[in-house]
Amino acid sequence: MGAAAMKPKINGRSMLQINDVGMVFPTKRGPFVALRDISLNVERGQFVTLIGHSGCGKSTLLNLVSGLTTPTSGVLLLDDRELKGPGPDRGVVFQNHSLLPWLSCHGNVLLAVERVFGEKESKARLHERTLAALELVGMSHAVAKRPHEISGGMKQRVGIARALAMEPKMLLMDEPFGALDALTRARLQDELLKIVAGTNATVLMVTHDVDEAVLLSDRIVMMTNGPAATIGEALRVDLPRPRDRVALAEDRDYVQYRKEVIDFLYMRHSHVERAA
Amino acid sequence: MVSAVFHSPLEASAALRAAKACAATRATGAAVVTATQAATPPAPYKEPLIDWRAIGRTVLPAVAGIGLLIGIWALATSSGGGSFPTPWATFEAAVKLFSDPFYSKGPNDQGIGWNILYSLERVGLGFGLAAIVGIPLGFLIGRFATLNSMVSPLISLLKPVSPLAWLPIGLLVFKAANPAAIWTIFICSIWPMVINTAVGVQRVPEDYLNVARVLKLSEWKIATRILLPSVMPYMLTGVRLSVGTAWLVIVAAEMLTGGVGIGFWVWDEWNNLNVAHIIIAIFVIGIVGLLLEWALMAVAKRFDYS
Repeated sequence: MGAAAMKPKINGRSMLQINDVGMVFPTKRGPFVALRDISLNVERGQFVTLIGHSGCGKSTLLNLVSGLTTPTSGVLLLDDRELKGPGPDRGVVFQNHSLLPWLSCHGNVLLAVERVFGEKESKARLHERTLAALELVGMSHAVAKRPHEISGGMKQRVGIARALAMEPKMLLMDEPFGALDALTRARLQDELLKIVAGTNATVLMVTHDVDEAVLLSDRIVMMTNGPAATIGEALRVDLPRPRDRVALAEDRDYVQYRKEVIDFLYMRHSHVERAA
Repeated sequence: MVSAVFHSPLEASAALRAAKACAATRATGAAVVTATQAATPPAPYKEPLIDWRAIGRTVLPAVAGIGLLIGIWALATSSGGGSFPTPWATFEAAVKLFSDPFYSKGPNDQGIGWNILYSLERVGLGFGLAAIVGIPLGFLIGRFATLNSMVSPLISLLKPVSPLAWLPIGLLVFKAANPAAIWTIFICSIWPMVINTAVGVQRVPEDYLNVARVLKLSEWKIATRILLPSVMPYMLTGVRLSVGTAWLVIVAAEMLTGGVGIGFWVWDEWNNLNVAHIIIAIFVIGIVGLLLEWALMAVAKRFDYS
């Protein structure tokens, strides 16, 4: 794992560069400006979260990086190359896991592994990679199980395994733990911390959970409310790793970072519910 | 390689239990006893060999319903003299009929087995052709919106047409009774398959297509790994409806076209005024239809992922 991260750093430290990106959707009532003037650098091995109120376009921004949508203005560079459409160099973890119900956990991960390594490697090696990815997320016991036979948290683990197995340059996560209960979410966050530390992955993650953002991130990118949302502030989180949620709960820095994010979200950019 | 850093939760919990057990051993003897007691698994629940309650709930009412029907039938025909046979007379006729199902005395007098098989053959041919044309057509309609808006008014127009209205067209085109009957089956059983397949393709969840896009899967992989399995349940519902329709239509079509077949047999027995045989035919048609339905339900269950 982590071959991408071990590549020699040729051109600077940026993995992802978002330059002056804007997104306008055509609607029946004229163009709708979802995002404007978005510029962001994600460095190699960095964990960046996008946080903001619902409807602020953070998922739209992630979709631009994953290539599912194309920006109406601006440029996105991944590893110094312009992004054109989706591709397996970015591992996407969807909010609702999006596992194919007719494939086993093994089959779901293998689908991604075959896509990336299928032409170069033997069947046995592909199988090995699949098992290694499932082991990484602690799902070795459910290799042959179908998605409907495992819990929501386990499904999300398999989703993460599918994304990691491709050895992507970047991991993109769209509120990956949003649909889980609080205890399962905490456990998966801890495990994600370990996985990221072990693989040195570069991660861009969308969340609306302040604690999650502070616990996981090197940098928290806070977005203003839509329409025409943009980056309001970026907060560098300099907490030492490995991070422990129990110890951090009383850590003065942690509390301060948390306060800054809450301040931004609820004091300066509180969500105004407009009458429809 | 990574397991050193990252233990599976199962391993962790097993280790925890082992540690607890050790602690218990070091404590008093009583604690050891409780620990070992906790370790022995509870006696497994034994499933009874025959679940009499379930049988009581489902089979008994069904038997009672059939019994009631036969009872009313027996009461209504008990006075005798009428042209309607009693249940017992019908049963005797059925035993005689099924004791030699595969005799053949010329084209108009063949055993009930032959009649059923000939009808099934026509249904198989008409329905098979409908599946070969209808399922791919449904895929295309589901995938391409233009084709959908082009074809759906036609389907809406043709779908409610009675099966028998198609028969003259078949006779005109094929100039023979048998192909005309198959044609009628074809045209009547194609619609459920076209419509259900198309709906299935349109309802492939966006999430699955996003997975395909993010992984940048080849068209072939998208078709075999995502579209086909996703559409399968819808397709099989269409197939089931189609077979049901085909079996409904065959009786009517054969009454008109003649030849060997269960529909024609019913008509023939009517001309002979053999009402017992007509009643037997009704039961046979019902039972064969039920068996077809069951078989397809079993196939559909295999492809249900929810």
